[in-house]
Amino acid sequence: MANICRASRKDFRDAVVEAREAQDGWAGRSAFNRGQILYRMGEMLESRRQAFVDVLVGTAGYSADEAVAEVDVAVDRLVYYAGWTDKFAQVFGAVNPVASSHFDFSVPEPSGVVAAFCPETAPLLGLVSCMAPVIATGNTVILVVENDAPTLALDLAEVLDTSDLPGGVVNILTGYREELREHVGGHRDVDAILSVGASTEERTILEREGAESVTRMEFRPDRSPAEWRSGESQSPYWMTPFVEFKTTWHPVGR
Amino acid sequence: MAELEAAPDTARELLFGDEWEYAPAPQSADHVRLADRYGSFIDGEFREADDYFPSINPATEETIAEVGLANEAVVDDAVHAARNAYESTWRDLPGKERAKYIYRIGRMIKEKSREFAVLESMDGGKPIRESRDMDIPLVAAHFFHYAGWADKLEYALPGPGRPRSLGVCGQIIPWNFPLLMAAWKLAPALATGNTVVLKPAETTPLTAIKLAEVIQEAGLPPGVVNIVHGAGEVGSAIVEHPDVDKVAFTGSTEVGKHIQKQLAGSKKRLTLELGGKGANILFEDAPIDQAVKGIVDGIYFNQGHVCCAGSRLLVQESVAEEVTQKLRDRLSTLRVGHPLDKNTDIGAINSKQQLEKIRRLVDIGEQEGADKFQPECDLPENGFWFPPTFFTNVTQSHRIAQEEIFGPVLSVTTFRTPEEAVERANNTEYGLAAGIWSDKGSKLFSISQALKSGVIWGNTYNKFDPASPFGGYKESGFGREGGKHGLLPYLEHPSQSWQPQTPTNGSPSTKPESSTSVEASPEPKADGT
Repeated sequence: MANICRASRKDFRDAVVEAREAQDGWAGRSAFNRGQILYRMGEMLESRRQAFVDVLVGTAGYSADEAVAEVDVAVDRLVYYAGWTDKFAQVFGAVNPVASSHFDFSVPEPSGVVAAFCPETAPLLGLVSCMAPVIATGNTVILVVENDAPTLALDLAEVLDTSDLPGGVVNILTGYREELREHVGGHRDVDAILSVGASTEERTILEREGAESVTRMEFRPDRSPAEWRSGESQSPYWMTPFVEFKTTWHPVGR
Repeated sequence: MAELEAAPDTARELLFGDEWEYAPAPQSADHVRLADRYGSFIDGEFREADDYFPSINPATEETIAEVGLANEAVVDDAVHAARNAYESTWRDLPGKERAKYIYRIGRMIKEKSREFAVLESMDGGKPIRESRDMDIPLVAAHFFHYAGWADKLEYALPGPGRPRSLGVCGQIIPWNFPLLMAAWKLAPALATGNTVVLKPAETTPLTAIKLAEVIQEAGLPPGVVNIVHGAGEVGSAIVEHPDVDKVAFTGSTEVGKHIQKQLAGSKKRLTLELGGKGANILFEDAPIDQAVKGIVDGIYFNQGHVCCAGSRLLVQESVAEEVTQKLRDRLSTLRVGHPLDKNTDIGAINSKQQLEKIRRLVDIGEQEGADKFQPECDLPENGFWFPPTFFTNVTQSHRIAQEEIFGPVLSVTTFRTPEEAVERANNTEYGLAAGIWSDKGSKLFSISQALKSGVIWGNTYNKFDPASPFGGYKESGFGREGGKHGLLPYLEHPSQSWQPQTPTNGSPSTKPESSTSVEASPEPKADGT
């Protein structure tokens, strides 16, 4: 049907450079602005709804109903996380009532550059479900995509390109995770890894290699397209593994 | 006293020469009751051991008591006791009932605080002023704080669904704040309904043993807390035990990485609180005298055996000379001496091994060309001692500017612009703590936002509180201890533990089933029959 790029280690390294370059600027934007951009991504995806439905039916073997449902939920999911951007710190941060005379507060900050191994199922919604919570808090991300309809990932890239998303915030690599996982785990400039549907072997490799630079690791099971569509597959607890809580103290006095 | 007429830009000081003699103010150790030897604490009882090792007083090198060395079989017994207690009582006990035990432990520590403080200083070498005024009060406060969380956990993890406990936690703690680290580990684990196998550091096991006595006296169900003793092999046996669900480690980054590697593929939860190389950034608009006091507290507190120590002073060029002069003056008045003397500022180095490490890195500092300052001090003949030290003329690439020394050694570098200060402060693999000294609020908060560091102290340093989350960025580890955030590593939100209900075959796949669907079959671990 088409020849899809098979990402190499060098591609991954280059993607990390881009993601690192973009990270400070993305995190430095206001949470409100990040929310607007995620919302815009939802709008742009919706405007190409039919094209995505066609690919899901034609390439991924979806029924028409299922395809429509997947695209609609993907749009909703972008909107869901768009709304979280400027509420997350309020819900998960804290002002800490310390006993001494200090003003003391904790805020979430992004972990930095996140590599995400995307699910094998739900070639559109799975990607969106991994990408949106990670970038919502100000991380940049490298999505590693291996599924039966990888052209959807490239179509999604076009959506992102027209959504005011700064370059480098989302990087998409299609390829074989088996070829990349050791390198991703061991890359010292990757701050955190999300892996959906990792086999025990893959999990072992990622954790072993990641330990060299104390990489944060989050593993989630893959699920059926229907389960990806369910409300249980979106939650702020997809965001919490990719933030660091910073606690700041200052004396209170005259 | 001509000295008082000194030039206005130097510190005023009173010089008594040899006219006054120093009078020690020793804290009595009479009320510390200790047996000659103690074993591991398993299933509510102290056990005899096959082998014992001495726990010595680093200020005198005398043995205080002997402690039973655990081995794999002992660790296995401890884990079984913890599992049994988890399933038979603790997990299903209502939060408010768990809270009562934890409150009681906090209360009893408070009642015995003098004994705990003295023993902590004897076993670890820290000044009694610190163990009495800081360590032990914080220990009691920590149990009090977390006791109150036990019946309010659904407020700690907002959203639909009740958070769940994890099971058996293996907790490994360091020697720098022995009882405080035990409290940081135990209190949140117990409040969340987990049970524990705790391993104190081999050089400082004694206050944890006294804590086991308190736990026994408080009537905590046997097996909820088990304490085993020994060095790295015992820690390893805990980490690798198949029935441990979660590992929490505080210690060096090197060991932390090793543990993360050991756990690869095991599906055990992990939190790490590792090393640091804290930057203390002093701007020219800071209140200088206050800042100098903060710098001294930041690095010489607890002999510098502090993972969040402000071991790198970054001082703005325009005030560097004034600050270093004040540091010299201040260091000359610090009293290095017996930990039980109430006037002691800097106690004994925790162990011979640690003393050797400090000496080695300080030698390297000199060899690499940095300038060392050390005040004259009379050090006792026995025991392990190191005078407060700082280096100037340090560059970013010097090992003393990069490696965690974990001793009373400060490196001083200068900067010109705030951007340079941030760049330098962040130029390390660590990211635990940092200090900022400035009278300008907007600058202070913009710098604090730019620092990659889990704790920022603005115009203060080394402050701790049970309600305040603590933990690192980057290679200083992950997870937080303290406050609401300190509960998260011991709980699982339903959305985190969600498992697929059906095999993941929604889209046609040419590849074999991934292992996830196999692992989805629920283990009947939760039935406590």
